[in-house]
Amino acid sequence: MKILVGVKRVIDYNVKVRVKADQSNVDLTNVKMAMNPFCEIAVEEAVRLKEAGVASEVIVMSVGTRQSQEQLRNAMALGADRAILVEAEGDVEPLNVAKTFAAVVEKEQPGLVILGKQSIDSDNNQMGQMLAALTNCPQGTFASKLVIDDGKALVTREIDGGLRTIALTLPAIVTTDLRLNEPRYAKLPDIMKAKRKPLDTLSLADLDVTSKTHCRIDKVEAPATRSAGIKVASVDELISKLKDEAKVI
Amino acid sequence: MTTLLIAEHNSSVLSSSTLSALTAAQAIGNDIHVLVAGKNIESIADAAANLTSVSKVLCANADIYEYALAEPMGDLIVHLSAGYSHIVAPSNSESKDFMPRVSALLDVGQVSDICAVLSADQFKRPIYAGNAIATVTVLDDKKVITVRASSFGKNTQKNEQACAVERIDFVAESGLSSWQSDDITESMRPDLASASRIVSGGRGVGSGDNFALVEALADKLGAAVGASRAAVDAGFVSNDLQVGQTGKIVAPDLYMAFGISGAIQHLAGMKDSNVIVAVNKDEDAPIFQVADYGLVGDLFSVLPEMTNKL
Repeated sequence: MKILVGVKRVIDYNVKVRVKADQSNVDLTNVKMAMNPFCEIAVEEAVRLKEAGVASEVIVMSVGTRQSQEQLRNAMALGADRAILVEAEGDVEPLNVAKTFAAVVEKEQPGLVILGKQSIDSDNNQMGQMLAALTNCPQGTFASKLVIDDGKALVTREIDGGLRTIALTLPAIVTTDLRLNEPRYAKLPDIMKAKRKPLDTLSLADLDVTSKTHCRIDKVEAPATRSAGIKVASVDELISKLKDEAKVI
Repeated sequence: MTTLLIAEHNSSVLSSSTLSALTAAQAIGNDIHVLVAGKNIESIADAAANLTSVSKVLCANADIYEYALAEPMGDLIVHLSAGYSHIVAPSNSESKDFMPRVSALLDVGQVSDICAVLSADQFKRPIYAGNAIATVTVLDDKKVITVRASSFGKNTQKNEQACAVERIDFVAESGLSSWQSDDITESMRPDLASASRIVSGGRGVGSGDNFALVEALADKLGAAVGASRAAVDAGFVSNDLQVGQTGKIVAPDLYMAFGISGAIQHLAGMKDSNVIVAVNKDEDAPIFQVADYGLVGDLFSVLPEMTNKL
């Protein structure tokens, strides 16, 4: 079984984002970029399935700028076999990304697609579900456990009240939550080896995908800031402030 | 122009986030119909029929909708979608699952987690874990929207007369997915997502056993218990207590953070709270930058002292 894994290049999660002065977007000039943390978990899960003999090949794919090669090479250093970069400029909307993935799913016929549940830049949490709809596949979103057994995927999902396990027919789309696994670090020899692994570059036109604007971003502004309040010296002072000043207890 | 609001419920009552999504739907300004889907949910549909400004309730009562699986829910909503300009749902783990499926089946975009309605087609939503707010215009004819409940007040007003409840006989059957089991945390405490007071613990609490101290104060205050991602990852408490960008987004009247440093990820989930209290032994912890009241101290002495004195 082939596994297709999505990888997105995003701002490093440790970096504090700043909004551009003209409010057109956030400022990503000279900012450290990295693989989206949820995508790292997706890569790790796919590689583990290959190590367990469940998967035969792990293909990583990204839709983005040429610089996304860096994250694809990184994913191959972690154990993916080959990579596909579909070059596209700017922010590509989730539905357009999903259509691009659907075109590759059609070509590659993976038995499983593993994606991050959301990217930490746009925070949409849409793409996996959209891909499932476009490919008429079942979806197991926000997975904290994944078992492939007897031609089915058993997915334990993180839901508001706790955990829910569902069974999906294959092929299926799974999106990762934080506790699915702890991604490994790439070892130096693997980083060297990853440089020689195949990386195909395609355009949206190669896949007959037309990108369309559905949601136009008019403005990006900094959120209202909350100013720090006061420090209290004791529990008694805290209780009296909460009772008499804030009136919340 | 009519809005279809997808109700959230726990099979016995409508959730309070549905009432917040109703406020957002009213701001959009259309006629509002409410869809209640599930198993044995007639009484919930009747309750929805009493909500203010709702002119029709659609009741899809079938076994297949019991666990709100994305495939049947997606097919149901798409089946009902003709005639609606807006499809709106409160943002939760169910709607996050099925709404993008609906969008893709309708070939339209989705706006996730709106925190303000500017017009019928322009909305604000947080990006980058709430470190930036985007203003977005939806260009599609049908607008699929999820609503961040903590950004909208709950509309608890009632209709003078209950509106009509229409039975929906459409039964989606995809055969793609099936429910296996639930591991739901039973708690007598208020629901975290809608609680008016929350007491949260972080990595500083040190262990699952030590969380009893957090719980004791929560029970004294009638509060819900929350946790930071660090505390959940360390296995102190279960995932459903996580407050943050990828956990629950909350905005209670009182949020008390014990042993939580205040990572961006966590602040994204609670910084809209009315009053924030932080107790941390590290006086430079970022949590103090958003706290109305900060106490530099050892939570192992502060928690019991506070519980005793209240």
